[in-house]
Amino acid sequence: MSITNIFGIAGSALNAQITRMNATASNLANAGTVTGTEEEAFRGKRAVFKALVNEELTNAGSPYVGGVKIDRMVDDTNAPRRVSDPKNPMADKDGYVYQSNVSEVTEMVEMMAAARSYQNNVEVINTARQLMMRTLDLAKS
Amino acid sequence: MNLLDQTFGIHDKALQVRGRRMEVLAQNIANADTPYFKARDIDFKAMLGSIQSQDLQIQATRENHYSAGESPADPGLLFRVPFNTAFDGNTVELSVEQAQYGKAAADFQATLQFLESDISGLRKALRGD
Repeated sequence: MSITNIFGIAGSALNAQITRMNATASNLANAGTVTGTEEEAFRGKRAVFKALVNEELTNAGSPYVGGVKIDRMVDDTNAPRRVSDPKNPMADKDGYVYQSNVSEVTEMVEMMAAARSYQNNVEVINTARQLMMRTLDLAKS
Repeated sequence: MNLLDQTFGIHDKALQVRGRRMEVLAQNIANADTPYFKARDIDFKAMLGSIQSQDLQIQATRENHYSAGESPADPGLLFRVPFNTAFDGNTVELSVEQAQYGKAAADFQATLQFLESDISGLRKALRGD
């Protein structure tokens, strides 16, 4: 029955969007971290989504076909900011620290986009639930 | 069973297709942020036709005869042509999908309404009052 599959599909999307929002929260929390070397500097994380198609299903069963999952997390490729701060205990021998490459504005936009997508999928579930209840009520008419 | 089939007419098949369409649209909305995902939709007429043809039963006299209902999966499943293209190759346009999902829900309810009236009529006939 296809209506019941909607719950699995939209549920997988809720899961993916929450992971995306978690990544955003982590990025924002680490926006102010500084390190002593460029390699150690915090880099923003992004979730990359992937559609669930038939052949990728293992034990999840058919209700998730056409849903979405997190394919991988990728690092933001922007270079960390190098700032002169000789008093900072983390500073390197030249007195520089390396800030994370997180842009707060981008993260806020990302957070709002994830929240909107989440709401969309909640609405999808709500509508499907109402229709399912009406279909069940067919027996009463 | 024949009586029931005739009572519901096309509506029970239509309900299946409408449910399938809602599923496809839910897939589109779920994958609104997936790179390279291509939005799909259902050609209602083709899908309904394929479901109806599955009802045709051909008498199989040998065990390895094919039945008439075997057709390629989902002949009515098509790709949507987007109004604008996105950088990540995704063709889901959320506003379009939302509108279509709302319409699909209304269509589903319309078919349910037909079925409801069919059932209540049948019930009235059975009760005889």
